[in-house]
Amino acid sequence: MKMKLLLSAAAALAITAGSASAKDLTVVSWGGAYTKSQVEAYHKPWQAKTGKTITSEDYNGGIAEIKAQVEANNVTWDIIDVELSDAVRACDEGLIEPIDPSILPAGADGTAAADDFLPGTLHECAVANIVWSTIFAYDSSKIANGPKTIADFFDTSKFPGKRGLRKNPKANLEMALMADGVPAADVYKVLGTAEGVNRAFAKLDTIKGDVVWWEAGAQPPQLLADGEVAMTTAYNGRIFNAVAGEGKPFEIVWDGQVWDLDLWVIPKGSKNKEAALDFLKFSTSTKQLAAQASWISYGPARKSSGALVGKFHNKDIDMVPQMPTNAANLKNATQNNFEFWADNQDELNERFNAWLAG
Amino acid sequence: MADSALSSQRLHDVPDQLTTADGIPLKRKLAISMRRARWRAFLMTAPLVIFMLISFVLPIGQMLTRSVYNDSFSKALPNFSLALRDWDQSASSDGLPDEALFKLLAEDMAVARKDRTIGRAATRINYDHSGTRSLFMGAARKAKNFEAPYKETFLDLKPKWSNVEMWAAMKRVASDTTTGFYLAAVDRTYDVNNDVVEQAEVRQIYVKLFWRTLYLAGVITVLCFLLAYPVAYLLSVLPLAKSNLLMILVLLPFWTSLLVRTTAWIALLQTEGIVNDVLVWLGIISDDGRVQMIYNQMGTIIAMTHILLPFMVLPLYSVMKTIPPSYMRAARSLGANQFTAFVKVYFPQTIPGIAAGTLLVFILAIGYYITPALVGGQDGQLISNIIAFHMQKSLNWSLAAALGSILLAGVLILYWLYNKLIGIDNLKFG
Repeated sequence: MKMKLLLSAAAALAITAGSASAKDLTVVSWGGAYTKSQVEAYHKPWQAKTGKTITSEDYNGGIAEIKAQVEANNVTWDIIDVELSDAVRACDEGLIEPIDPSILPAGADGTAAADDFLPGTLHECAVANIVWSTIFAYDSSKIANGPKTIADFFDTSKFPGKRGLRKNPKANLEMALMADGVPAADVYKVLGTAEGVNRAFAKLDTIKGDVVWWEAGAQPPQLLADGEVAMTTAYNGRIFNAVAGEGKPFEIVWDGQVWDLDLWVIPKGSKNKEAALDFLKFSTSTKQLAAQASWISYGPARKSSGALVGKFHNKDIDMVPQMPTNAANLKNATQNNFEFWADNQDELNERFNAWLAG
Repeated sequence: MADSALSSQRLHDVPDQLTTADGIPLKRKLAISMRRARWRAFLMTAPLVIFMLISFVLPIGQMLTRSVYNDSFSKALPNFSLALRDWDQSASSDGLPDEALFKLLAEDMAVARKDRTIGRAATRINYDHSGTRSLFMGAARKAKNFEAPYKETFLDLKPKWSNVEMWAAMKRVASDTTTGFYLAAVDRTYDVNNDVVEQAEVRQIYVKLFWRTLYLAGVITVLCFLLAYPVAYLLSVLPLAKSNLLMILVLLPFWTSLLVRTTAWIALLQTEGIVNDVLVWLGIISDDGRVQMIYNQMGTIIAMTHILLPFMVLPLYSVMKTIPPSYMRAARSLGANQFTAFVKVYFPQTIPGIAAGTLLVFILAIGYYITPALVGGQDGQLISNIIAFHMQKSLNWSLAAALGSILLAGVLILYWLYNKLIGIDNLKFG
């Protein structure tokens, strides 16, 4: 009797252990509306096609977890959605696998992948899926004649009320300089000098007392909805989804936007590398990238997907004008310069933290 | 005199071969059974000892090591680092190394680029000298095609390769052990002559944060004490049925998740939150004069005081419960008024509880992280938030380790002071 009990316990243990290892792929992304768009456009069809299961995990960006997993030789993440500057750094430090772009499927119109992806979106260790942007937004039901330019964001006498900003110098310094009258094309040239950095911080100083800092992408729409801030910087897709999905009266201001890429990377030593590569190829194909754009307003990284971008998934909203790369939205815009940030992030982070605490 | 001589004589007479029934000398038998008992005791605690070793001693040791040891530069560029350590900067006229060192650098870079370790070296030097990362990566990309004269090739590539300050920094990071992270942790740095100087004023942060952490922890401890003392007293004197009910009110938040309690405070205190709404409704403040009670130091103090309150109430309660009420009555009957009786009789007896509570709250408070991160805004952040930042965002684990070590040393000093002043055996947790 006792023996039987022991055996069945052992069997139960074996079954649970078996099911734990039965997950086929762990996909890590930024959570909220963004992860939802990926689940709908990538995860579900991939699972249907391959019969494998995906575990979806959230994180807040950066490469700390990847570094920790790779160095501890215990890699539990298989494919991760990262920002360009982080992809470059992780690649240089040998934390992620090189990816041969020739394995990527050709575009729907037959163009080779290398030509189909937008310039700069294929990296030696990473493949871009979207173009996203840091913009600022306000609640149009509370501000009647709303702000039009990035300078208005820093003008608390014209538009009183608190401001939401990401707790990170990235994008804030660029926006501060653009608000201070620096042409978008010269932002990094100015930021590369000590006076330029001082100038950016001086501009941030003018609103320092009115800032509410956010860290996760889901926070800014919440801050706006709570009335905690009058306007806030945010990722453009999160604001769009609050508008299209929840009917919030938010308005995006594209002037002074800082746009960037998100890319898939595979950590070195991933236990499901084959599945990860298959998922990567699948999700960055023309059709899937275009499908994602019907769930959130981030621009697909492939040219051939652009033609397929239509309406928001269950509403009559054209997605093309919502994209950061739409010509009307690019009038006064800066692309995040990953090389500048890889070089200067330690110093600027320190400076930013000191400024914040002072 | 004679007596003691006699007794020592007698002692001497005792045969040293006292044996037990099975003929083993008593001394040995005793030693064996003692050893057995010791082993048994050890085996019983062994799981805990091993657990402590793995989860506590080892990580702390590792942290201490990391704060002074960082070999990412010399590991990526081994030959170059070895040669650089012996290089004398003052010997050369231009403050730059000679051709041989540049050649080693080019060779090591080409290898490191192939092995994908160059990024780590570039990151390491970037900690000490900002803006050098792309310089390193740019040179490494081309290094395998470099040809003599190497020095000229490097200088032609980017004029920054002739920056003597950068070379001084490189010589420092080429050696694996460094005090640089501790210096950085107290807002100091090396200049080109390797003298310790103050960090640029706009980048000084850590000393300020250490002081703020101590100050806020002190304020929170005092507030906890002031709030907890009457509560604990009430708990200890009420009849059991009532005190049990009150006790649940103390324990319920104690058992609730930290995150839940912190976010509850956000809902209560934010500008459009309940407290502000009530104040506006009562007409105490106007609608556009709402008080900023969160995302600043005030938010940190309020939320942390609430969260740490049970850690003060419980030790106080456990001590007060044991003080017989008759002592106070005796003092009163001997002519002391209520106040004197309290100060002279009751209060001194609660000191072990106060000591335990304040020590517990203070030490917990200086290491607090989640609550200040959520409600602290810009001036309510503590040093642990910066440590977390360096662990998670900047990936400068050595600096995080140095900051953590300083915090650990601070706690140990506090503990030592406490032991000197109050005595650790007076500590009572319940």
